[in-house]
Amino acid sequence: MDVGQMQRQWLDYTRSLFIEGFLDNQFLQLQQLQDENNPEFVVEVVSLFFDDSERLLKDLNFALDQQGVDFKKVDAHVHQLKGSSSSIGAQRVKNACIAFRNFCEDQNVEACLRCLQQVKQEYCLVKNKLETLFRLEQQIVAAGGSIPMMELGF
Amino acid sequence: MTSRNLSTQLRALVVDDNMINRKIHQKMLNGLGVECMGVANGKEAVDVHCYGQSFDLILMDKDMPIMNGIEATKKLRSVGICSMIVGVSSRSMEVEIREFMEAGLNDYHEKPLTTAKLASIIHHIINTKVFYSYNDHFIFGKFLNDPFI
Repeated sequence: MDVGQMQRQWLDYTRSLFIEGFLDNQFLQLQQLQDENNPEFVVEVVSLFFDDSERLLKDLNFALDQQGVDFKKVDAHVHQLKGSSSSIGAQRVKNACIAFRNFCEDQNVEACLRCLQQVKQEYCLVKNKLETLFRLEQQIVAAGGSIPMMELGF
Repeated sequence: MTSRNLSTQLRALVVDDNMINRKIHQKMLNGLGVECMGVANGKEAVDVHCYGQSFDLILMDKDMPIMNGIEATKKLRSVGICSMIVGVSSRSMEVEIREFMEAGLNDYHEKPLTTAKLASIIHHIINTKVFYSYNDHFIFGKFLNDPFI
């Protein structure tokens, strides 16, 4: 595959992530912050998001496994996850967190557990998608090409 | 007010318990030519001022542990900090925004922030500095030239 084909593949794949709702405009904001002084900025921020999310999901598992669930603590963890997913443009994770917070307010343990599964699922999906995207970028750069600029005009 | 050198780089303090938000907002501000520092809660924001630091802009998250954005804003205003304080939060209920504004904010924006939103805030700060600098020069000039003063 030549560089041009790889770049087209990258563009098509990225577009699909927006169309399917995995990513929103905030991800474009991150890409626009990346420059020659900070060529790995998006990967760095997304890696932080992965580490942070995995920690929060573990904490949520633990909190919801308790005899007397502390819903304030659960809500605080979900709030954090909603904040970071929103900041990197992980739209479906963010939306799953919004729904989760409503059930925290209702103090409904069963519903919270279902929401946690939903958030985990959305997180795993977006993690796989982003890792695939970064692999495509590495292939383009290794072949001597550059990552195209993405615009939300499609 | 003393005249200030407008070419001095602006300084911002990003107050947010979420390190991803801090990293992104600091990068956005750096891209706009603003020197940045980040802290993780309201108490740290108050402490850096007690240690003698000053900023042109404080981006204050609302929900933080130890000391939240409302308490920190009230505290900073009570000790005479006049910097522009912009509240940011992912919550958007009107009563919560009003409570945050009444703590002493100059402005409020919903998260996530974008470079465009930050650029408009920075332009406002620069324009305010130009206004005060102009007035400093005007008043000083009048004093020198007016024989009746």
